[in-house]
Amino acid sequence: MTPAVLEPPALEEQPRVEPHEASTRPEPPRYLARFDAEARVLHVVIMVTFLGLSATGLPLLFSDAAWGRALAALFGGFHGAGLVHRAMGATLLAAVAWHVGRVSWRAFARGERGIFWGPTSMVPQPRDVGDLFRQMRWFLGLGPRPRFEHFTYWEKFDYMAVLWGTAIMGAAGLILWFPVAASRVLPGWLFNVALFVHGAEATLAIVFIFVVHFFNGHLRPGKFPMDLVIFTGRIPEDALRHERTAEYERLCAAGAIDALTVPPPSESSIVGGRVIGAGGLAIGLALFALIVYAVVR
Amino acid sequence: MWTRLCCSCAAVAWLLAGAAAAAQSSSKPPSKSPSNDDCLACHEETVKGFAASTHGPLQCVDCHADLASVKEFPHAEKLSKVACGSCHDAVAGKYHDSIHAWAAEKAGLVGAPRCADCHGKHDIRPRTDVSSRVYRDRIPETCGGCHAGIRDQYATSVHAAALKRHDARAPVCIDCHTTHAIQRADTDAWRLSVTAECGTCHAGVVDSFRRTFHGKVTALGFTRVAACADCHGAHGILPASNPASMVSKARLVETCGRCHPGANDRFVQYDPHPNPGDYRRSAVLWWANRFYWVLIPGCFGFFGLHSALWYWRSRREGAR
Repeated sequence: MTPAVLEPPALEEQPRVEPHEASTRPEPPRYLARFDAEARVLHVVIMVTFLGLSATGLPLLFSDAAWGRALAALFGGFHGAGLVHRAMGATLLAAVAWHVGRVSWRAFARGERGIFWGPTSMVPQPRDVGDLFRQMRWFLGLGPRPRFEHFTYWEKFDYMAVLWGTAIMGAAGLILWFPVAASRVLPGWLFNVALFVHGAEATLAIVFIFVVHFFNGHLRPGKFPMDLVIFTGRIPEDALRHERTAEYERLCAAGAIDALTVPPPSESSIVGGRVIGAGGLAIGLALFALIVYAVVR
Repeated sequence: MWTRLCCSCAAVAWLLAGAAAAAQSSSKPPSKSPSNDDCLACHEETVKGFAASTHGPLQCVDCHADLASVKEFPHAEKLSKVACGSCHDAVAGKYHDSIHAWAAEKAGLVGAPRCADCHGKHDIRPRTDVSSRVYRDRIPETCGGCHAGIRDQYATSVHAAALKRHDARAPVCIDCHTTHAIQRADTDAWRLSVTAECGTCHAGVVDSFRRTFHGKVTALGFTRVAACADCHGAHGILPASNPASMVSKARLVETCGRCHPGANDRFVQYDPHPNPGDYRRSAVLWWANRFYWVLIPGCFGFFGLHSALWYWRSRREGAR
């Protein structure tokens, strides 16, 4: 996560045009801004800490599996794994707290009403229920693809799951980290609940991210092997029109497309995104394979 | 003087007994080796109980092998050490790796036990024999010959009380420490393995322990967290109902506080042996368990189907 990867290239930079493209299509594909630097950095921070927390927490969750000790040994044994786990947990909590603070500030101090409701909001809304049903109908061949807005219902689910999961995991993790301090106000039996919930929520989050999120976001046909938009921040105009038709039409109608136009992602941001993304996918799928192995055996 | 007399007796006996006596003995009768009767002529007092012992059918020279070829009597006063391992090789191998063998052979401690210190010498009896030193009920006494302090602690324990009732499940020293492969009790490997020993009787309790942070971390081979003996004690284990027990209500704050300084009355409401399936033990844990048993399969079921349908539809539409 070097700044060079995440910072958008200077606006003066001219889009590079491949020679053969130039001959057949004089106009290069237009890119539109989708994620700002803040969102991209947040995604990488969550990604890295989530993978780190998974790798250091799974040995405990599957302490009876043959690979438990070996995985912990990668971090210098259980003690080292515990230190990494706490450091990663604190970083993730800080990142999410910062994000919640930023969103609150944008909503209440800057008065961005659209952050909690409307076409670009992350908050689930009636249209998401409709989109879900329309998507199901499309799956079954009974209707056209839904016309999605800025965020789809499964993206909103992912987002809310991160918020909910971090709150639950964070609270339980802090209780387990500082049990004596927690016992000044909380009863000891809550530590039992905290450990159980930390493990169960971890199972849910890990399998969800490494299977559902990976599939929906990156591995499904049409996106395979990965969708780079979250790393480069730029989406080709065609892709936006196809995947988020409602948003594209809303932007066109408002005449906002030109204002969102950015140069194509730089070579370095594409390579960086591929490296980070492929690394994350590989580690995640490897950890998922370990879980499957432990459960099946 | 005595030796000389003895020797002449032996020599006489040797001559008299002759080949007939040698042929009588059950195992190999080497014509030139001294027979048991030859030895008994002098050593009758020393080997009292030998005939009735588990080794009764053996020849003296089977164990005292260096005498098998001795022709001149009296034999040398100093005999070689008996090598029990020449027959009991598997056991000798275990003993060889034990802390007792290390103390006796490497550290040179005079009190360190060899085979005979626990099993006796000539009067060795099988462990199933109530008069044996290694009969179950007598083990604490035998080990306590050296480990007197531990024996006294054990004598106060719930385990000793069960032994007194002749409860066959009551653990004695060897159940946790093993018989021959006894290790230092302060090594990580031993501390981690002893939990399994507790589990041979207290299986459910160890299962519930394995659900806790303590149990999971020790399962990973890390010993700086509590295992059985850290909370319950080792030799003087008492039931929680006994106010003197380390895990009695009155002493929990003290016991937990040994690792968790500052532990208070609320802290010790922690359940070191939780069971999410037991509603009466903790309703909140039971509900949490139920909640996730609905949430996790529900979530994966829905999104699993969602992804499968999506894949199917995308394939049909040519991956767009």
